Amino acid sequence: MDPLSPLDGGTDPMREPMTVAAQLPPPVRRIVVETPPTAVSPPPPGSNGHSPHAMVAPSLRRMPRAQTTPIERMRTEALSIAYGEKLAVNQVSLSIRQGEVLALIGPSGCGKTTLLRSLNRLVDLTPGAIRGGRILLDGEDVDSFDVTLLRRRVGMLFQQPNPFPMSIFDNVAYGLRERGSKKPSRRQLETPVIEALHRAGLFEEVKDNLDHPALALSGGQQQRLCIARSLAIQPEVLLLDEPCSALDPISTQVIEETIVSLRTEIAIVIVTHNLQQAQRVADHVAFMYLGDLIEYGEAERVFGSPVAERTREYVSGGFG
Amino acid sequence: MSAPTQAPAPPVAVQPSRSRPTPEISWSRGDKIGVAMAWGAGILLCLIAGSIVAYMLFRGIQYLDLSLLFSHPQVGLDQSKTGGFLDPIEGTVLLTVLGTLIAAPVGVGIAVWLSEYGRPSWLARTVESGVEIVAGTPSIVLAIFGLLVFQQSFFGFLSFTAEGNAVFGRSFFTAGAIMSLIALPLVVGATREALQAIPAHVREASYALGKDRISTIRRVLLPASQRGIGTGVTLGMGRIVGDTAIVVVLLGASLQIEPENGTPVWGLLKGTGSTLTTYVYNNSPVGEGNAPEKAYAAAFVLLVIVIFLNFVVDLIARRKEPSWTR
Repeated sequence: MDPLSPLDGGTDPMREPMTVAAQLPPPVRRIVVETPPTAVSPPPPGSNGHSPHAMVAPSLRRMPRAQTTPIERMRTEALSIAYGEKLAVNQVSLSIRQGEVLALIGPSGCGKTTLLRSLNRLVDLTPGAIRGGRILLDGEDVDSFDVTLLRRRVGMLFQQPNPFPMSIFDNVAYGLRERGSKKPSRRQLETPVIEALHRAGLFEEVKDNLDHPALALSGGQQQRLCIARSLAIQPEVLLLDEPCSALDPISTQVIEETIVSLRTEIAIVIVTHNLQQAQRVADHVAFMYLGDLIEYGEAERVFGSPVAERTREYVSGGFG
Repeated sequence: MSAPTQAPAPPVAVQPSRSRPTPEISWSRGDKIGVAMAWGAGILLCLIAGSIVAYMLFRGIQYLDLSLLFSHPQVGLDQSKTGGFLDPIEGTVLLTVLGTLIAAPVGVGIAVWLSEYGRPSWLARTVESGVEIVAGTPSIVLAIFGLLVFQQSFFGFLSFTAEGNAVFGRSFFTAGAIMSLIALPLVVGATREALQAIPAHVREASYALGKDRISTIRRVLLPASQRGIGTGVTLGMGRIVGDTAIVVVLLGASLQIEPENGTPVWGLLKGTGSTLTTYVYNNSPVGEGNAPEKAYAAAFVLLVIVIFLNFVVDLIARRKEPSWTR
């Protein structure tokens, strides 16, 4: 799909009605009898049917964010990953810093998800995957860590919301339990669980039904629960694999706000197909193509004046 | 907050509805015959099932007397003095519980291993064929095999032992062990299916929280497969309740439950007994009891148990549970 086509850019036209809808109760369709139907003037000839107002992109504005002094937490050095014969990531060196959001963009199959999954060694679970080069977390090779410890420090959020089939509370407490030989009591867990739910912006919505099954939540709430679940074990790096692609615009906005607010304490890497989303949340952008890192730089620069021809084509919607 | 999981769909140009083909569908003769046969087969099956239930209901209620359910069977020529079938009912329950207690953990274990580990692959393939072979073996063959095994002196502690150390090989223990084999494939199949229905990203989410495979299986995958496990176990129980051959060969099919003297529970399990199936068999016109009325009554009770188990399966399988999108 072409990420820049007007249809996908539907996030822009969605924006305005969205703020109205946010104040209303959730009915999907509202039949208004007393007010006359709103008249919409026909689009000017030669336009693509979208009103010019919608094309002025409020979404292209970056989200307001606090000033930070980025500290490098992870780096990849000439990282290559192959699945059997197929080279998915080729000699990529990147720096992942706390205090900023790094967005990995690129067309499907460009290796960005593979790169992301290698950072917490999830790629090791794929049969036939081979990794070359180095990945460092605070200067230490990730292979020198116990893998469970590494994954506690480098959390991950997936494309599909995937809470576990247990209560909301137990989902967040999942990572905290069975850490040592002693089982923590529910009361001991309560404080970190509630704090994680607060940080994920979910607590107010679920505070009265922490014992309800998590899978009964809406998709957006489930995804925020997954964020809370990751945050509960206090990761230092958070990897997000297209976290909003299965969500509606309102949930997407809430999650993006969460991401931007978390970046001061956690280094965040986000893989996204949605260029508008990358523009909204990212401080740095890495553009990948066919396994190669083509361009890396500050978000405004990569989107505003890309250096590489490929990047220019991609961010302008030339291909996707 | 409602969350449609799809991105806003592009407006599709409304196509002018084309005129539909005329409702008269011209079917070839072969199709017509095929459809008629399919209908016929379906209706025939309903008729057969309905007539079994109706007939057993009619006969069963005709002969069923509550006292039959609560009195021990007795040997006798006069049918009014041969008692009821309390012991076979107890035997059925005991054997089913025993078989299930073995089959459920073993079956779930095999399914978990096949689905979550399954390495080396040749071993996994062998285990798979093993399960299939056990599933396909007639229970009488399993029973004879069981007798062969359990009559070894090594297994003497599981059944009566005659003087001179000859091992009888027939007891609730040995019958339960072999019964577990006929329930096992159903447990393995249903559990495995349930495990494989869990999307990979759910497992990965657990690994990504720093959990190892064991705790992922224990805390996430098994709870998520509860429905499948429940279905498999209940289907297996149905198989155990309905089996006759293993009871005849390995439980002794003695009229009454005959525990070994000594320790109460252990002695009971070491002893012989019968189930409703063998009771029906023995009292039917082909059996030695020759009391068809009691056979009908017992068969009715058996049918009620099996229908109840099927109902439970249905209940478990239909329970709506929220699930993940893949």
